[in-house]
Amino acid sequence: MNPKLSNRVAITVLYVIASTIVVILAALLGYIIISGLPALSWHFLTSPARAFTSGGGIGIQLFNSFYLLILTMLISFPIALGAGIYLNEYAKQNWVTSLVRTAIEILSSLPSVVVGLFGFLIFVVQFGFGFSILSGAFALTFFNLPLLTRSIEEALAAVPDEQREGGLALGLSKWETVLHIIVPAALPTILTGVILSAGRIFGEAAALIFTAGQSAPALNFTDWNPFNIASPLNPMRPAETLAVHIWKINSEGIMPDAKAISSGSSAVLVISVLAFNLLARFVGHRLFKRLTAG
Amino acid sequence: MNNNLQKQLLKRSKAAKLERLGKTVSFLALMLITLTVFAIIIFVASKGLSTFFTNHVNWIDFLTGKNWNPNVTNAKGQPEVGALPMISGSFVVTILSALLATPFAIGTAIFMNEISPHRGAKLLQPVIELLVGIPSVVYGFIGLTVVVPAVRSVFGGSGFGILAGTFVLFVMILPTVTSMSVDALRSVPRYYREAALALGATQWQTIYKVVLRAATPGMLTAIVFGMARAFGEALAVQMVIGNAALMPTSLVSPASTLTSVLTTGIGNTVMGSLQNNALWSLALVLLVMSLIFNLVIRMIGRKGAMSK
Amino acid sequence: MLINPSSPHSDDGWLARNIVDPSLKISEPIVLETKQLHVYYGDNEAIHEADLKFLEHQISALIGPSGSGKSTFLRSLNRMNDGVARVTGEILYRGVDVNRSEIDVYEMRRRIGMVFQRPNPFPKSIYDNITFALKRRGITDKQTLDEAVETSLKQAALWDEVKDQLKKSALALSGGQQQRLCIARALAVKPDILLLDEPASALDPVSTSKLEETLLQLKNDYTIIIVTHNMQQAARISDYTAFFNMGWALEYDETSQIFTSPQVQLTNNYVAGDFG
Repeated sequence: MNPKLSNRVAITVLYVIASTIVVILAALLGYIIISGLPALSWHFLTSPARAFTSGGGIGIQLFNSFYLLILTMLISFPIALGAGIYLNEYAKQNWVTSLVRTAIEILSSLPSVVVGLFGFLIFVVQFGFGFSILSGAFALTFFNLPLLTRSIEEALAAVPDEQREGGLALGLSKWETVLHIIVPAALPTILTGVILSAGRIFGEAAALIFTAGQSAPALNFTDWNPFNIASPLNPMRPAETLAVHIWKINSEGIMPDAKAISSGSSAVLVISVLAFNLLARFVGHRLFKRLTAG
Repeated sequence: MNNNLQKQLLKRSKAAKLERLGKTVSFLALMLITLTVFAIIIFVASKGLSTFFTNHVNWIDFLTGKNWNPNVTNAKGQPEVGALPMISGSFVVTILSALLATPFAIGTAIFMNEISPHRGAKLLQPVIELLVGIPSVVYGFIGLTVVVPAVRSVFGGSGFGILAGTFVLFVMILPTVTSMSVDALRSVPRYYREAALALGATQWQTIYKVVLRAATPGMLTAIVFGMARAFGEALAVQMVIGNAALMPTSLVSPASTLTSVLTTGIGNTVMGSLQNNALWSLALVLLVMSLIFNLVIRMIGRKGAMSK
Repeated sequence: MLINPSSPHSDDGWLARNIVDPSLKISEPIVLETKQLHVYYGDNEAIHEADLKFLEHQISALIGPSGSGKSTFLRSLNRMNDGVARVTGEILYRGVDVNRSEIDVYEMRRRIGMVFQRPNPFPKSIYDNITFALKRRGITDKQTLDEAVETSLKQAALWDEVKDQLKKSALALSGGQQQRLCIARALAVKPDILLLDEPASALDPVSTSKLEETLLQLKNDYTIIIVTHNMQQAARISDYTAFFNMGWALEYDETSQIFTSPQVQLTNNYVAGDFG
């Protein structure tokens, strides 16, 4: 085959491959939305699930997902921020740093089911937290920390050194400079990373089935005292999330409308993740503009 | 006057105290992550090894045994905990999905970086980000409702099995491998292409003979990364593979992976029992494999850095 | 011809080095003095024994070709090179050696402020840029802060241009305004010495001359050391000038001396525009 012809063939094949990927995504999204939309209703989104009969909703699971997400972020963000700051601002190039970086890389590539099992062992069993939101939040924290740390580190690294010098030259400590100048300057990028990782947490199930548990006891949405067992805010109650719910009803669900519920839940999950993605873009863009323009 | 100044300059300022505090706090945060990683390795290893030390299962039997039935004792008086069915299941789905994903991923990456770097890349970038963003249970659910029935109608049988798992994992690792391949291509200097094109090479010759060669280490990293993801993926695979702890004999009969047996089993066994310990041993295999993937990626990186 | 600066004389009448002591001519106190200052990047010695004295209310310029070590020298004075370079020798600030680990670098840097080559205002409002360091130092009284903003902006000759838009982002200012804001920001913490590292190199000629006027005003209250690659600038504003080459402070004298009758051949070549 002459070079000109093979060039044409190769480029055509590449076009086909690239289109295939677009088609795959379109088909996936189309399927999820089209099969899920009929199930979506206010009732579906707000009412509790039913185990044996049809007509159940995902209200509690949806709430659990958000609550767990917020709790996880509250725990993991300060840790990731501290770690990211140390790595980017203080760490010298030596064996300790490279060991730490290796450890973070290992954590980020660990299968989430292993992270979940570790959480089960430590928090559910050893610390006696049982299947609870708190156990789940800690497991998700481990799952979240490496990526969040890295994205924070990258965001900080993108802030020019002139800003650091500016702070130091005024007689401020590096810490004050980083905390009050570098971090705010990196905030758009940091927030984008946070929101993207929120999407990941929101859809995660494997790390949760043995930590936050697979049951969603009824909640009393008028009781906001976190110490009451039926309170939605109680961090010690078991809490099946939306993602776990999808897995659970497909593995062992016996309600007659299991498929419709899974479709609806999948649609909600994917729409939420889409929303997180869009939000990340929007927030990053918006904040960046506000920081730079008058 | 100088003494006074000296005194002021020697006094530890608020800034110095804050610096010390901040440096310590941020270091502790970093150490917390590091220690967690060690804790995970130590805890999973100690639980996973108890099968061999407490229950005295022979580790070779564990890795090569073909029968997984922890409730039953075999002729030798040992429990039947042969993990080979799951280990091979994990490897087969991983390798097959990587084989399937690689041409698509690299093709798309080439398309995005070489053929249509403006319009094509602008369209495909969000496509890839969205594919990454879809949660694995959703992939599992679609596998269950679309892929499994499709496999069933084409090949007969239940539809559950390695083939269904491969298809699901293919789509799941595709975006990861693609975006890392794009990075690999992007790091090839522009003048490589210009030099080849100036010598009269066609675009495809340039891509094939110059760009792809230069990007090989990065591409390999991308593929291994994808394999690591596939190997560790739990729920999506578990939902479509059929969960039969049998040696895989066909692509369309129920099989199992390390992760699928773990997710279904851990909740149904009692902590400390042999049945439970054996599952932790599977988790240990998973952990070790994840470390090995990491090591391979590092080695590729080091080799790539050396040949540059 | 290159002279080895460690030998005192060469055969043809030029001095190898000519470092004068300005305190012998002018009766102002010595604010900053380096003794046997060496700076190393790893094994590479970037500054070889610099012994210079800087007097109060004077502008001293550091000139020399790029890579001559003038910026390195300047950045060593308030220890901005800590952690990057190793500095040996003494840096006497009003008689106190600040090149010691016991010295609180933060208090020292507050007194020896610095303005950089590229304007680096914080991504905050003009007002917050100036009050930032004060607030960090525990000053919260609004009236005090307002006064500090007005005073330092006036000193930096920026007040009239920005007094109605103090809440505006500093990044919206022009390059020249940004640089004067950075000076105002440095002045707000009431320093004693102002170090400027090629502050005009990123500015247009109009902004540059405005900046120079500002510096001449500031000289009444501050001691100023400025690195510049612009010889005319050094000639226009400075009282004393040091010429650096290849890590050596080769000549230090009154500015007029440096530009009219230098004693070191390389200085002569440099100010004549033969290299650099």
